Amino acid sequence: MKVGVVVFPGSNSDVDSLQAVEAVTGRAARAIWHKETSLGDVDVVILPGGFAHGDYLRAGAIARFSPIIPAVERFARDGGTVAGFCNGFQVLTEMHLLPGALVRNAGLRFRSELVRLRVENARTRFTSAYEEGEVVRFPIAHGEGNYVASPETLDRLEADGRVVFRYVDAEGRATPRGNPNGSARNIAGIVNEEGNVLGLMPHPERAWSRLIGSDDGRRLFESLLAYCSEAASSPTPASLQAIPSSSAGGGLARSPRNPSGSLRDPHAGRVHPGSAAS
Amino acid sequence: MTRPLRARVEVTLKPGIRDPQGQAIENAMAGLGFTGFAGVRVGKYVTFQVEGPPAEAERRVAEICERLLANPVIENYRFQLEEDASA
Repeated sequence: MKVGVVVFPGSNSDVDSLQAVEAVTGRAARAIWHKETSLGDVDVVILPGGFAHGDYLRAGAIARFSPIIPAVERFARDGGTVAGFCNGFQVLTEMHLLPGALVRNAGLRFRSELVRLRVENARTRFTSAYEEGEVVRFPIAHGEGNYVASPETLDRLEADGRVVFRYVDAEGRATPRGNPNGSARNIAGIVNEEGNVLGLMPHPERAWSRLIGSDDGRRLFESLLAYCSEAASSPTPASLQAIPSSSAGGGLARSPRNPSGSLRDPHAGRVHPGSAAS
Repeated sequence: MTRPLRARVEVTLKPGIRDPQGQAIENAMAGLGFTGFAGVRVGKYVTFQVEGPPAEAERRVAEICERLLANPVIENYRFQLEEDASA
């Protein structure tokens, strides 16, 4: 697994992301300055947290036009794995790779704390090492993490299983009390229709050791490592190995995969046994 | 030679989007004893010089509003183009 971390002026979890990848997976990750125009040879691109360009105008609005962005867009459209954490999620919505937007926290406060998240979909390449329904703890550190989208978009995200993480309270329920920023339907993280782009407001890259409060983020990187290893070692679609067969009727399995048929995506030409919906 | 125009762009949150800043200001107004104020919304004001003939300027300002100055998912925008007094 080769990971590239895009660095914008004002990024602040770029080093955290590089360290997390290396600590958890043992693979070296590479920083990619935003002025570059090519990603090089990578399997995974991380857009890190921070305050790119000071978050001037809107969070992510200026970073979204960085010279590296067209390469990220092409990589994502070809099925490449892209994860945006915090500010990276904001950049992905500004790029329209993910629907909706992230606006000022409902309580107006900048929130910096460990929060509880429920894993809503463990059948993505980002979450296969988690149990569905399990509650994990990641830190948040943001002033604009309030996810908004039209009711139709929210309904579609839910129906397609694209809500991957949801903020929950101590009892594991998605209540207003468990929601740190007012996000619609307690949404903390979503994937795109093809399942290859994740936006997540909390910071898994700051949750890879109990020494820093939580090691629940490790499995996100382990999921990616498993996905990339399977993609590299086998012509068999990795998802068929990583995803339990019971998932054939639900969630992302129904989504059209990689219509471009790019070689970069191991899902290309994937067959869904027993799934009439695909 | 055409004189540059000045664009005055106003970006506001769409009606359905909650505006916690507006809400906080509204609460402060009430705290100061100002009654009868409601529906406070906070927006952005961006102004800049635009060169070129007016019709072309209008099109280009609309384009930059769509692409950069406003996020059409959550914001509306409107703008005026006028003679630039500072030019």
